[in-house]
Amino acid sequence: MLSLVELILVGLVLTNLVLLGTSRIGLCIRMVAFQGVGLALLPLLGHEGLEPEALAISGATALLKGWIFPLLLFRSLESAHVRAEVEPYVGYSNSLLFGVAALAVSVWLGGRVPVPDPGVPSLLTPVAFFTILVGLFGIVTRRKAVSQVVGYLVLENGIFAFGAVALRKAQLLVEMGILLDVFVAVFVMGIAIFRINREFDHIDADRLASLKE
Amino acid sequence: MPARWTILAPAAAGAAAFVIPDNRTRRGLLVATAVTHLALTLLAFRAPARPFFDGALLLDDPGRLFLLATSVLFIAAAFYTMGYLKREASGSRPDMVEGRLFSNSPEARFTGCILLFLAAMSFVCLAQNLGLLWVGVEATTLASAPLVYFHRHHRSLEATWKYLLLCSVGIALALFGTYMLALSGGGEVSLGLPALMAAGPTLNPVLLKAAFVFLLVGYGTKMGLAPLHTWLPDVYSESPSVVALLSTSLLNVSFLAILRVRQVLCAAGQADFGNDLLVFLGLTSMGWAAIFLLRQTDYKRLLAYSSVEHMGILAFGAGIGGTGMFGALLHLFAHGVAKGAMFLLAGNVLAAYMTKNVSGVRGLVRALPYSGPLWVAGVLALVGMPPFGAFVSELTILRAALAGGRYTLAGIFLLLLSVAFIGITTACLRMAQGTRAQAASQTGGQFHSPAERQTGQSFAPREAWSAVLPPLALIACALLLGLYHPARLAEVMVSAARITGGF
Repeated sequence: MLSLVELILVGLVLTNLVLLGTSRIGLCIRMVAFQGVGLALLPLLGHEGLEPEALAISGATALLKGWIFPLLLFRSLESAHVRAEVEPYVGYSNSLLFGVAALAVSVWLGGRVPVPDPGVPSLLTPVAFFTILVGLFGIVTRRKAVSQVVGYLVLENGIFAFGAVALRKAQLLVEMGILLDVFVAVFVMGIAIFRINREFDHIDADRLASLKE
Repeated sequence: MPARWTILAPAAAGAAAFVIPDNRTRRGLLVATAVTHLALTLLAFRAPARPFFDGALLLDDPGRLFLLATSVLFIAAAFYTMGYLKREASGSRPDMVEGRLFSNSPEARFTGCILLFLAAMSFVCLAQNLGLLWVGVEATTLASAPLVYFHRHHRSLEATWKYLLLCSVGIALALFGTYMLALSGGGEVSLGLPALMAAGPTLNPVLLKAAFVFLLVGYGTKMGLAPLHTWLPDVYSESPSVVALLSTSLLNVSFLAILRVRQVLCAAGQADFGNDLLVFLGLTSMGWAAIFLLRQTDYKRLLAYSSVEHMGILAFGAGIGGTGMFGALLHLFAHGVAKGAMFLLAGNVLAAYMTKNVSGVRGLVRALPYSGPLWVAGVLALVGMPPFGAFVSELTILRAALAGGRYTLAGIFLLLLSVAFIGITTACLRMAQGTRAQAASQTGGQFHSPAERQTGQSFAPREAWSAVLPPLALIACALLLGLYHPARLAEVMVSAARITGGF
């Protein structure tokens, strides 16, 4: 079972690199959805046998991350009538270079964090760190509000992967609450993007800059 | 079971507010819920704590204290909102800063979100499970984001976007910290606070420290500790005054989240690590805010930076520990009521002068016979003049620092307090003095309010009771906190300081 977990983690790394290198927002949204479906398998693999709680968490994750979030993001992209390009501040090749550097830092950092539980694969911490770094990088360097939300989702995916493997005991209440919150967050952000588009005729978050000292 | 209803009542009322078509009924519901919430909170002060909801929710003494702070601010906000919504013009109207047209969000959505916001804050006060605590804190962000965008213009939209994104990212890091905390117990410990504390010494120390850093950054973003506070001035200056007041209790509740995590740290014998970080972040916030307070030209932003400063004081007091923790809890109340009053008064000033510029406001005491003097009293309460509560709490924290032999820290604390004092009083007292004509001559001889523009002469607006009584009550609370503490409140405060301070 462990190898399948590692396979999913490697998939997470590869999709992250695609996210850094691509120029199409549509592809970014699909990649994040793809990550989400992979992550949805994690709660099932951490346990002996199939528990109903793990099954519920897994199903809800797949539904939200794989179907509803992409749907919401594509909707707000369509409503905005914008060119579906990422338009980063940092070029694509430089973004990939950042990705490689971030991967190296994550591996180094992850190796220094002790994992007390032998059941947790050693890949977990580096991959979680890497995904979080890529998500933060996306939020900071991408100009469009939609791509910032994509960055937020990548960040959330990294944290979810960490939690799904690290928390051995499924805690239905907590996990469902977290999923609900993330869902509402994406929903509210989608509405905000719609409003930004109506107000400004663009969704470039960098032009939201009238409030400063 | 009054504790349970502090969450359920506002949640139910909030859901109902979305569908009630009549404005008067909805406003009445808001006030009724606020009164009920305060009554339930006071009842919960008497009732013994009993866990419910699978042991994940329990109203212990720190929870009681924070719930009371939330409830007091909310009832003031509710009464103010009733009049505020009545005074707010409907339809589109010119924006006072740039003159572009804007309109309000639907009132039902505004009221509903306020009530849901209260439910989420009560939930955080009661949460005894770090996972659910996170869920509650994130829920407060989501419920309050539509409130910031009540006046639909591009500046409030920008503030909303910043708020949503920065706080969501911050809180996401707190979630990472929460999972790390679970991993430090080998993954088998649940996220329940009692279980984590019982497992304290067996938790992996490296992971525990790393978890605390992530949690501090995450909840610190929400609490407005520098350098993570960047969303705060924008949100405070662009949202309605009532929302700014409610955000004050939001900052308090985030502070509770940090204290909950520190309980685990103390149980594991790592208290020093956490305390040093808190002291460092606290002084950074105070210093950062002091710089921006000195040269602030917008009085709503001034109050926002003052919040950053006071959050720094809270973190500093908590980090000093001992009686400093007690001082921090007292300061939480003292700052909350003083700042709440100031925000409501700032709303009155804004309505009368139609400008957020400090230089555009003169002669407040004469122009607004009720709000003006209250503004002066509020400033004194806010900067910690005796006999107001903030004086007592700041003195307590200072004494704790001196008693602990941390003379350098105490010196820096005192220095930063005085810089902030100069910054706030210079701007705010100048607004109170003089006559209104001076302001008009300084801003190019124009009167700002529409009524003045029509009649061409100075216009003293009639102040509604709903705009004056809530700040008056809050300032009275600030005064009371400096002079006298009811026995039961003092008891709960000492007990809460013992639980959260771990001594």
